[in-house]
Amino acid sequence: MKLHGIRVPHKKNTADCEPIRIPVPKTVTIPMSMHIGKPAKPVVRRGDLVKVGQLIGEPDGFVSSTIHASVSGKVAKVDEMISSMGMKVQCVTIEADGEQTLYEGIKAPKVDDFESLKTAVKESGIVGLGGAGFPTFVKLSVKDLEKVEAVVINAAECEPYITSDTRTMMDNGEYVFKGIDALRKYMKVSRFIIGIENNKKDAIARMQSLADKTKDVEVHVMPSIYPQGGEKVLVFNTMGRVIPKGGLPLDVGAVVINVTTLAFIGHYLEDGIPLVEKCITVDGSAVKEPKNVIAPIGTSIADLIEAAGGYKTEPRKILYGGPMMGIAVPSDGEPVLKNTNAIIAMDEKEAAPRKTTACIGCGACMNHCPFRLDPRSIAKAYQLDRGEDLEKLCVDLCMECGCCSYVCPANRPLVQTNKLAKVKLRAYLTKKKAEAEKEGK
Amino acid sequence: MAKLISNVSPHFSGKRTTQNIMLDVIIALMPAAVASVIIFGLRALLVIAVCVAACVASEWVFEKLCKRENTIFDLSAVVTGMLLAFNLPVSIPIWQAVIGSVAAIIVVKQLFGGIGQNFANPAITARIIMLVAFAGSMSNWTKPGGLNLSADVVSSATPLAAAAKGQTDAMPDYLTLFLGNHAGCLGETCAAAILLGCLYLLVRGVISWHTPVAFVATVALMSLICGKDVLYQVLSGGLLLGACFMATDYATTPSTKWSKIVFGVGCGLVTILIRFWGNLPEGVSYSILLMNILTPYISRLTRQKPLTGGVKV
Repeated sequence: MKLHGIRVPHKKNTADCEPIRIPVPKTVTIPMSMHIGKPAKPVVRRGDLVKVGQLIGEPDGFVSSTIHASVSGKVAKVDEMISSMGMKVQCVTIEADGEQTLYEGIKAPKVDDFESLKTAVKESGIVGLGGAGFPTFVKLSVKDLEKVEAVVINAAECEPYITSDTRTMMDNGEYVFKGIDALRKYMKVSRFIIGIENNKKDAIARMQSLADKTKDVEVHVMPSIYPQGGEKVLVFNTMGRVIPKGGLPLDVGAVVINVTTLAFIGHYLEDGIPLVEKCITVDGSAVKEPKNVIAPIGTSIADLIEAAGGYKTEPRKILYGGPMMGIAVPSDGEPVLKNTNAIIAMDEKEAAPRKTTACIGCGACMNHCPFRLDPRSIAKAYQLDRGEDLEKLCVDLCMECGCCSYVCPANRPLVQTNKLAKVKLRAYLTKKKAEAEKEGK
Repeated sequence: MAKLISNVSPHFSGKRTTQNIMLDVIIALMPAAVASVIIFGLRALLVIAVCVAACVASEWVFEKLCKRENTIFDLSAVVTGMLLAFNLPVSIPIWQAVIGSVAAIIVVKQLFGGIGQNFANPAITARIIMLVAFAGSMSNWTKPGGLNLSADVVSSATPLAAAAKGQTDAMPDYLTLFLGNHAGCLGETCAAAILLGCLYLLVRGVISWHTPVAFVATVALMSLICGKDVLYQVLSGGLLLGACFMATDYATTPSTKWSKIVFGVGCGLVTILIRFWGNLPEGVSYSILLMNILTPYISRLTRQKPLTGGVKV
């Protein structure tokens, strides 16, 4: 069996650009929600002096994350802002003093068993850097380590434009393997699979040369067929196992971790500097000099674009992440988040939405869906408000990879309909459950 | 800075549009169109032009009257016009061709909601309407080359009619069948041109091989079983035109590979039933129309299962 997918233009223009560190921005805005789960609680107040790496937000609940100051300076304000997701979120704004003084409390964490590794990962503030932003320590909180047969390292980077993971492998390859060493030692895992798309020849060579020195790391080269980096797709293509609907990779014996996340862990165990900066690909048709940059978290998109030579033409759309799954932001004043791996600024021509026309029933959507869903029928069931049909059509499997919309000759907003249908399905299931409980009584 | 566009991902879209798919179909129909002019003379061109013009015009007028969005630039009406013309004899009176075109676009396509909403293939259904309405002129077959814009008709039997009547001396040889120099509908006679167009559609990924192969293979196999001349059956009548261009229409046929195979096999069986045991010498049009009606059921029965990893839904 083969999973469907699509060939998208790669546009990896910046693959050979070693990242440059941008000048310290004047201010940074750090939202307390840059991860999946509950937002962190700010622990600083207006006027406080902070240093790089100092805790400014502590986790609220289990699925949450710590947040650290990315610049040294003075807290200008702590207030609520509307995030690009349209939700209100607490943000800490810091006026930088330009010194980038490191917080005194920073030291390499003491790790001697799995528990202390998890604590260290939690304190580092790391979240899934592939884009999802799921707190990494939650992912590592495996109750039964026996169940972990392999750690799959996601280095597919299947989105067009983005090369930040490629740069991690090229520039920080040894830290990827230090991360692997830690997991091997404390998680007792004896199989590591690095999944890379075949359009990254240099990164593959680098990883292979490092893997040759070990016995348990395989470099799995995959065809460049989007969405190779989707968690379920990656596990299927590397291990041949299908993660059950509603389940986790662990159900088939896998833990999936992004390559940059792993390299960060390797780094953190050495120097103890929490997640305060990120390598970000700045590209797109409206950017003058596309390049990879390293920027403090909370830097505004405008500062990043400035570092990439400014705008070539007026941007009409700016994205967090790649063009297939990225989120369009309302303005270039938005900050860089922990899980931002690219900023793509598109000009009028690239951004102009194509006209939506009538469905011609070609079936391209379902013939390209990795999970074999039928977006046409989902759209129909959604319009007709049929919860039971949506359940049968398994719309909750949809990962919103965008293959269906991409191939649609009529440019139907299929991903959008799937998102809405998922909400409708959830409401239907909640109602069904409540009714069943009522009858049970 | 101007207001940024904010919409849901994906922010890239593929190169395929309805318009360029239809353009590909038009390109694929070109060899057969050229062949028809070579075989039947300039009047073939006139019939094609009239059908295309009438289809496009009726789409435009109908949408104007109904205050619907103008869709003539998606080129689907052009495809319908060409296919309808390909299904007519060269001697068809022009006014009848116009009526057929209007029926195809307005009755079969627009009344059901326009592109993508029609359950039956417009060209095929219009042809059947015309077979019933204008039985005489629709079965007035002329000898190739016998006509040049004039209505000076030299009648000749189609290969299938000849075979059905057992007129062995009127049955053309395989090479004539392959090149199309015999009586029949405009676009159906030249197998070589049709296969060339079909190959183009396959290479361009507009159609998949499943339906045409299943359709033709079923006809070939059944002919073999029934003791008929396999190659003669495959090369004559509207089989190749129907299998390559009309049984592969998106809106009126199923979309997954297994459903396409079922559809093709169904078409083949009905064609054989009509050809060997029916009153008519030819059955491709009826077989496709019949299978069009069964399409929703085939789709439902062959629905691909979502990848749930064993979780029952």
